[in-house]
Amino acid sequence: MNEKERELLSLIEKEGRMKEESLAKMLDTPTDEVAAMLKSLEKRKVILGYSALIDWSKTDIAETVTAMIDVKVTPKRGVGFDEVAERIYRFKEVKALYLMSGTYDLSVSIEGRSMSDIAQFVSEKLSTLDSVISTTTHFQLKKYKHDGVIFGQDEEGDHRMVVSP
Amino acid sequence: MSIIKTEHQPRLSAAVNRIQPSGIRRFFDLASSMDNIISLGVGEPDFSTPWNIREASIHSLERGVTSYTANAGLLELRAAISKYLLERFGVDYHPESEVIVTVGASEGIDLALRAIVDPGDEVLIVEPCFVSYAPLVSLAGGIPVPVPTSIDKNFEIDENDLKERLTSKTKALMLSFPNNPTGAVMGKEGLAKVAEVVKDHNLVVLSDEIYAELTYDGDHTSFPSIEGMKERTILISGFSKSYAMTGWRIGYLTAPKPYAEAMLKIHQYAMMCASTMAQYAALEAMTNGREEMEEMIISYRQRRNYFVKSVKEIGLTCHSPGGAFYAFPSIAETGLSSEEFAEQLLLDQKVAVVPGHVFGAGGEGHIRCSYAASMEQLEEAIDRIGAFLKKLNESKG
Repeated sequence: MNEKERELLSLIEKEGRMKEESLAKMLDTPTDEVAAMLKSLEKRKVILGYSALIDWSKTDIAETVTAMIDVKVTPKRGVGFDEVAERIYRFKEVKALYLMSGTYDLSVSIEGRSMSDIAQFVSEKLSTLDSVISTTTHFQLKKYKHDGVIFGQDEEGDHRMVVSP
Repeated sequence: MSIIKTEHQPRLSAAVNRIQPSGIRRFFDLASSMDNIISLGVGEPDFSTPWNIREASIHSLERGVTSYTANAGLLELRAAISKYLLERFGVDYHPESEVIVTVGASEGIDLALRAIVDPGDEVLIVEPCFVSYAPLVSLAGGIPVPVPTSIDKNFEIDENDLKERLTSKTKALMLSFPNNPTGAVMGKEGLAKVAEVVKDHNLVVLSDEIYAELTYDGDHTSFPSIEGMKERTILISGFSKSYAMTGWRIGYLTAPKPYAEAMLKIHQYAMMCASTMAQYAALEAMTNGREEMEEMIISYRQRRNYFVKSVKEIGLTCHSPGGAFYAFPSIAETGLSSEEFAEQLLLDQKVAVVPGHVFGAGGEGHIRCSYAASMEQLEEAIDRIGAFLKKLNESKG
């Protein structure tokens, strides 16, 4: 990975929709070279996808419920935590899964239509896995900041005077 | 309606009557009266001050640290400034006797001029430049002598232009690189030639290096780091541009002891000290602000690259600005004056730029565009300026 690729990545991590021509100018690189870099980064699975960050609470679509679940599991010889992790992340309700240090092992982020949806998932799917010893479910009450973006009212608009020396 | 009659006619000083209100004012009024404009006319960062800096200031208020500080500023802050200047630019100033914390770099410019200018002294001002230099020279009783720079030489100083303007009354030279409004920078070699002239004619140098950190294609050379220059240079800088702290009004001066002592005399009577909460914010900026500042600088550089390339693509001549956050394209080919161009662009396309002539000699025929705006705004502004140029061309037939 070279310096240009690193700079390109940190740019599109924040501005995923920026036009290739603009990216090229910002990086002082020809447009076709930037296009080739993007292709290569996608092919190498460095860039895994492009998505929008949406504040669903501002839409008329019914809000989903999100829970973070602390899971204690028994690792297996030879595969460690990977086998049980895979069994968990394959469920489409699971939005994120991390192996953690500390008092529990896996942190599972789940999205469902309602609390009972999630309760059902935990009791029927998650807790019943052989390796799972215990689960602790925390429901998210409000989203203040996600992926570096502040949700809700943006009070830090542009306060500058329109013309100044 | 009754009109109160008064015997009193305003008795203003001749000095204040001699200076003109800033030419930017008219544009500000015009632009402020319009809705939905895209402004490339703003001379300050588009970031808010990093949160850790704001939080440090809030903390100082919570602790009730609301009294005066030493006239020259918190010693801790002066020590941090001194360490920073040494490590970053190789210039060494003693925190106890050679550093003064000021109310923005603007106060620094005023103090420096008042400390060195006698009535009738001439001060060379490299133009185009920040709007306050010449009026402040006049207020101090001096005579501002413009030294123009031009796009042909990338807005760098030609030492011969300096020499031509030297007289027996020339006392000082006012420098500012990276430059507002041109974005020009000067490297070590060019500055060394300037230093020769300065030395031969025993000038004092006021070097406004407020944009020093915003240098994109190489390292900034601080004027006092050039051999023999520290003893005769007053360095003016601050936190406004690099840490996005314009509204805090906090800056600093560094100079050899005799100059620093003289400036401190004025500062202690006129200002007492810089605001205490702003000083605590500045201390946090100096101690823990580097990383976030560097992120901002990368972002300015990327936008500089974008804007300068794009502005050339739509047909304007533009030198490559190596610093600050301004591009200074030429609009001479349109046949319009910079004021006409800026006004028509504003009325026709709702894009605000600043006409170059307000920045002094060499500014006519140019517009200052600040690229401290979001990429979305810059892209839109380029489209609109492009459309405006096309219209101008068509009407010319």
